[in-house]
Amino acid sequence: MERYNFGFLDEEAKREIRRKILKAVAIPGYQVPFASREVPLLKGWGTGGLQITLSLIGKEDILKAIDQGCDYSLNAMNIKRFVRAVTGVETTTDTRRATLIQTRHRIPEEELREDQILIFQVPYPEPLRWVKASERETRRMHAEADYGLMWLSLYEDMVRYKEVTIGARYPVLVNRRYIMDPSPIPRWDVPKLHMSKHLNLFGAGREKKIYAVPPHTSVEPLEFEDYPFRVEDFSGKACALCGSSESFLDEIVEDGGRRTYVCSDTDYCTRRRQSGATVKS
Amino acid sequence: MGYVAIRVNQEAIENAEALFYHLRTKGNSSAPTLDQVAQYFHLLVDRIMSEGSLYAPKLAALALLQSAGDTLESAFLLRAYRSTLSRLDYSLPVDTRNMQVIRRISAAFKDLPGGQLLGPSLDYSLRLLNFELLEEDTWRRYARSLIEGLERIVPIPENLPKLIDILRKEGLVVENVADRSFVDITREPLSLPAKRSAVLQSLSRGETGGLLLLAYSNMRGYGDIHPTVGELRVGYLKLEIPHPKGGTICVGEVKVTEAEVIARFTSERGEPRFSIGYGLCFGHNETKAICMAVLDNAIHFGTGKNPSEDQEFVLMHVDGVDSMGFANHYKLPHYVTFQSDLDRLRSMRSKDGKV
Repeated sequence: MERYNFGFLDEEAKREIRRKILKAVAIPGYQVPFASREVPLLKGWGTGGLQITLSLIGKEDILKAIDQGCDYSLNAMNIKRFVRAVTGVETTTDTRRATLIQTRHRIPEEELREDQILIFQVPYPEPLRWVKASERETRRMHAEADYGLMWLSLYEDMVRYKEVTIGARYPVLVNRRYIMDPSPIPRWDVPKLHMSKHLNLFGAGREKKIYAVPPHTSVEPLEFEDYPFRVEDFSGKACALCGSSESFLDEIVEDGGRRTYVCSDTDYCTRRRQSGATVKS
Repeated sequence: MGYVAIRVNQEAIENAEALFYHLRTKGNSSAPTLDQVAQYFHLLVDRIMSEGSLYAPKLAALALLQSAGDTLESAFLLRAYRSTLSRLDYSLPVDTRNMQVIRRISAAFKDLPGGQLLGPSLDYSLRLLNFELLEEDTWRRYARSLIEGLERIVPIPENLPKLIDILRKEGLVVENVADRSFVDITREPLSLPAKRSAVLQSLSRGETGGLLLLAYSNMRGYGDIHPTVGELRVGYLKLEIPHPKGGTICVGEVKVTEAEVIARFTSERGEPRFSIGYGLCFGHNETKAICMAVLDNAIHFGTGKNPSEDQEFVLMHVDGVDSMGFANHYKLPHYVTFQSDLDRLRSMRSKDGKV
């Protein structure tokens, strides 16, 4: 890999992406178009997040990558392998040590600090795509804060199902201005975005968009007074490995159909066990 | 407890890759050289260069070997390589009237100035498997006999007049040339509505099958373009850049296919005229050039009611690297989002009293 530039992308590309990131930070929740480059990862496999990582990373950085909360999933391992090869930087699984965390579908359970940046891989940057297929239209709707269709679709869910049907990718209002897709994180993670200490950057490579939630910015899930937003219900359940009942759990189907639950955040779970946490029986 | 956390290590990724490459070495035949791939599968190499938007025959051949002939993967390999290269300069606009053609046909007139030049083409060949070609010598003898039997070879003129020019002179055509501004879609995000140069660039590196599907839908009935191929050219274009000390310098040549199709009547600017669509792509790929020209026309002159006439619809879905990647990403684990959906479904069902 010596023949490639530090961070793979040419310097011109990295500069463009950094400028677009600055714009995104200046306008929280607004999708900034950028000239997404091809990286050696399939589109849809984190190319937007990866381009942000490659544009920001410096020799002193320590990178963590997770997929579904797991440091050891194939995609996360692959991203770390690639970034190591083109930068030589250290990678870690320890959330506390990382300066950059690239993630797919989760926010770590442990609260992040001001000096950490969380980089989300985004498949669908457009929260209004559900209600309007056309990009030209959705851009207009954002510009005019014309969000009636979105509210209507939530209302229709109430009427039909007595519940909002959106699982992950729950739409949020950022800085009381833009409706934003928080990427397919579970609803469990949505409150972690609100007034967070760390910078959140979102990269959609295929759809060629970058957006951001800067530190200390309000992020409110769309909700009705009489139908409040609710996160996934794990009441009465706990991690079978570390005993946690305060983390997002993966449901595991065992032989015979029995269900067990374990932490989705593998680093959090491992650290709890190392510090002596056990399953209450 | 039966559950064991699935942790995959680095080795698994590498082993999976090694296993893939093992498949090719199972048989007895040795690997073809890049020259062999570039020579025997030149249409394939051309297609990869076009969709990969990098004119590099040897690299395209390498990509094909590496991906075991997967066109989408191969184009992607070229694109990813392209990302590492700085854009040093832009070549000057090229007048395709100066193309060194190897093939040039028109369906609009029986004959035209400069003549119909069939050139290398399988258009009229009978699609019969030719088992004689299995013998390499037969193949070479056959090809040689075509050339050696000729009494004289008339050189093709260096610039052939364009049929469209003749129609232009008569004021019979209307073209979409109002917007001549230039955007580079590899350096600037596509903004909608896209400028013509961005439309043509997007189509030119679109996936052949994708272009074909959309253009065919229009020709067949979801649209109303009955394209008359005004002119189809295959040949070589010299590319020049400005020399820092004045003048220009030729930096190489590229093989391209160019199609100008004459489509529906329009009376957009007063009197009824023919509208024109334009297609140009790297390499020899006539299907792609024609479909591109049809879509170029449909996007601008169409009603906007059919998918192939909707600029956004066409441009957002025609890229093979984008669409192939996204379709495959569904293989990645989605258990967190699924858990979230499961939670909703259970809740809805319990409210319905079904649990």
